[in-house]
Amino acid sequence: MLLRHTHPEIKPRSALTVNPAKTCQPIGAMYAALGIHGCLPHSHGSQGCYAYHRSALTRHYKEPVMAATSAFTEGASVFGGQANLLQAIDNIFTVYEPEVIAVHTTCLSETIGDDIPQIVSKARADGRIPEGKYVFHANTPSYVGSHVTGFANMTKAMVDYFAESNGRKNTTINVIPGYVEPADMTEVRRLASEMGIATIVFPDTANVLNSAMTGKYKMFPEGGVTIAQLKQSGSSRGTIALGTLASGSAGLAMDAKCKVPCQTLNLPIGLHDTDLFVDALHHMAGVNVPESIDLERGQLIDAITDWHQYLYGKRVGLVGDPDQLLSLSRFLTALDMRPVYIATGTPAGKKYEQSLRDTLAGIPDDVQVKVPGDMFLFHQWIKNEPVDLLIGNTYVKYIARDEDIPYVRFGFPILDRMGHSYFPSVGYRGALRLLEKILDALLDRKERDCSDIAFELVL
Amino acid sequence: MTTIPILDERRRQIFQEQDNASFAMTCDRHSVAGSVSQRACVFCGSRVVLYPIADALHLIHGPIGCAAYTWDIRGALSSGPQLHRMSFSTDLQEMQVIFGGEKKLYGALCELIAAYRPNAAFVYSTCIVGIIGDDVAAVCRQVAKEQGIAVLPVHSEGFKGTKKDGYRAACDALFKLVGTGDTRDIAPVSINILGEFNIGGEAWLIRKYYEQMGVQVVSVMTGDSRVEELRRAHGAALNVVQCSGAMTFLAETMQAKYGIPYIRASYFGIEDMAKALYDVAAHFAAEPCIQQKAEVLVREQVAAVLPELQRIKADLAGKRAAIYVGGAFKAFSLIKALRLLGMQVVLAGSQTGNADDYATLREMCDPGTVIVDDANPLELSKYVIEKQADLFIGGVKERPIAYKLGIGFCDHNHERKIPLAGFEGMLQLAREIHTTVTSPVWGFVPFRAKDGEF
Repeated sequence: MLLRHTHPEIKPRSALTVNPAKTCQPIGAMYAALGIHGCLPHSHGSQGCYAYHRSALTRHYKEPVMAATSAFTEGASVFGGQANLLQAIDNIFTVYEPEVIAVHTTCLSETIGDDIPQIVSKARADGRIPEGKYVFHANTPSYVGSHVTGFANMTKAMVDYFAESNGRKNTTINVIPGYVEPADMTEVRRLASEMGIATIVFPDTANVLNSAMTGKYKMFPEGGVTIAQLKQSGSSRGTIALGTLASGSAGLAMDAKCKVPCQTLNLPIGLHDTDLFVDALHHMAGVNVPESIDLERGQLIDAITDWHQYLYGKRVGLVGDPDQLLSLSRFLTALDMRPVYIATGTPAGKKYEQSLRDTLAGIPDDVQVKVPGDMFLFHQWIKNEPVDLLIGNTYVKYIARDEDIPYVRFGFPILDRMGHSYFPSVGYRGALRLLEKILDALLDRKERDCSDIAFELVL
Repeated sequence: MTTIPILDERRRQIFQEQDNASFAMTCDRHSVAGSVSQRACVFCGSRVVLYPIADALHLIHGPIGCAAYTWDIRGALSSGPQLHRMSFSTDLQEMQVIFGGEKKLYGALCELIAAYRPNAAFVYSTCIVGIIGDDVAAVCRQVAKEQGIAVLPVHSEGFKGTKKDGYRAACDALFKLVGTGDTRDIAPVSINILGEFNIGGEAWLIRKYYEQMGVQVVSVMTGDSRVEELRRAHGAALNVVQCSGAMTFLAETMQAKYGIPYIRASYFGIEDMAKALYDVAAHFAAEPCIQQKAEVLVREQVAAVLPELQRIKADLAGKRAAIYVGGAFKAFSLIKALRLLGMQVVLAGSQTGNADDYATLREMCDPGTVIVDDANPLELSKYVIEKQADLFIGGVKERPIAYKLGIGFCDHNHERKIPLAGFEGMLQLAREIHTTVTSPVWGFVPFRAKDGEF
């Protein structure tokens, strides 16, 4: 029992987080920045921060993850990090030659109070930033929000720094995909493209963190949204921001800055939320939904009806990021499953919690929701009354093992299985994949546990 | 030959034999701002050293990240308690950054100690704690007094130096435990094993060898460790210190205070493993049977692994390896181990080597071998291609780079899952290298497929 130290008695904790269901802002900012073509994320803080972020992302994606650091010393921590950042900008453009440097702050530089825009202007005035190259920044204090907040802040910074209106509207639609996998970013673009819509997807980590093996090491892989596209995004016909927490602020900023109308939707996970996304594309672009997408949708519904008898009434525990949890809960309830325990480490706010509770309102069981909560509390709920299925990141595997509960890996990070960077979980195809995973987990368990007599060829 | 830009500040951190005759590596310096170094921070150093103390509480005082990124990522195995695999954080928020985090720390410690009754508690300070000025030591003293257990502050603010300074902060904390336990039943022929973290169960192997020789192992610092055995570590007659950086400081402090001598050891490769046993036997030369037992043990162990090693060598002879590891001592052992397999080391580097280490490396390496300190991915990939390496030995961040370049990889860091130390470990290492280097998957790499090599 790896988590033998979890006791079932739930006591209020005021000062302590145990087994977190979140991590800090800068890693989210780093991930978002990697979704810009030719971008080197830069961590303005101690050397350890970016080493941890790079290791964590490398473990999740099995890809080289590049970033630079201001490498704060005691001196920088007393006198401020301006000298470090200026030297870093010099060195980075000399040695690594990126198109753009995306600076994010850390708890250290935030607390010292470094003024990044002022330092960047100084760098530009001093001629440290070569012609045609860019440095931009997001404030990502680690003691506020979570990795999702960091992602949102860096995505909003892309709008604040680059989006510009050319005075008329192009036919393109901006899609802000949210804190999802490279494969999901590809999938939202594919859906739009099936409908004949040109999109600007940002950030876009496809072919950055799931790149091909070529026998060559490229510090800056092929993928990522370009700065030219980010600039054009200010002249798009509209923006669809997927996920309130991860994408909402960037969508609103785009509207405010460039008068590009924005619609914020749930992440398109599951049937209903994909419908809403397709519908939004259809209205915004004024195009019809092609038969190919009707077919994908029809196949999903077909599979749901074919297999629904194995799903109904199953109690599910979910841990993860708020945008994912909301859409996933909506999908599960549509399958007649019961997401009874839901925890996220991200402080997502009362309004978010209410929409989650509304989604779960029809469930007859005692439902537990904690925003923000941690995995220790989540485990305690399960100890008190178990569930039939767990869905969450790799850290959930301890609970799955100790309590012997079927388990589907979903979310960030996944450190011990492949697939998440290649197969989407958004869109109708993504919903099919989630359905397959859920059924596999439940049916494998049913067959493992049943008697020889009850073990049948056809289920 | 590809050229890559190298900063003037870094030129002397890279050495190639044909460059010129003089050898004066620059090392032991802070990474240049703007570098894509593979190094970590002070906190990371402290965390890895103390982490394997399985029955202690490890509370990370800071925002959530530092706790999240170090939650059970290192396979330092425990045969008993698993408390060290939980992640405890004060999860500091904006309010504490403004008004101070001492109250929250106090509350967290009290809640945790009440829930788990650990045998000791370590409180790690992260960057921000050093900036907002929490008096962590005072909180620890207060809780220790109230709860009656050792509560030890670890001064591991990330920016206060390099990973090595983190080792030192950890040693400072450990040293406060040493000397507080009962040493009456400790035999005169006894040692502490320092700098061995039981990754993949390596400490268990090494402990077994020494015990077979008739040497009592009082404590392993730190691998599968318990607070009680650390408390009585000062009762051992000798400290055996592995790894260049991590625990030497503690060995020196114990020598000064308790008069316990120390020797260095490495457990990687047959040669160094045997030496580690013989050196301990030599220290206890007054007991001749120990030397005899060591000889028997080495003979038996070598005989058990040698035939297969020879078979593996036949396949690996002439292959080229690149090594980039944390401490330089590991590089020394690996060079010898790879030689035993007939392989040639074409790149050797470390994150934290010092001047002496690099001088030793240069002596050990063949002419033409590239030696690097604190390298970046561009440099590593350049030399791997230029030197036509077939194998890369490194850690988590190097693995995908090696794979992208189309060569085999062996993790010799946190993520090794089987023991690579000891005699059995040498065989495991050889098998792992053989598997990866001779894998048919490299035949799919475009440039090889084109050359028709496969």
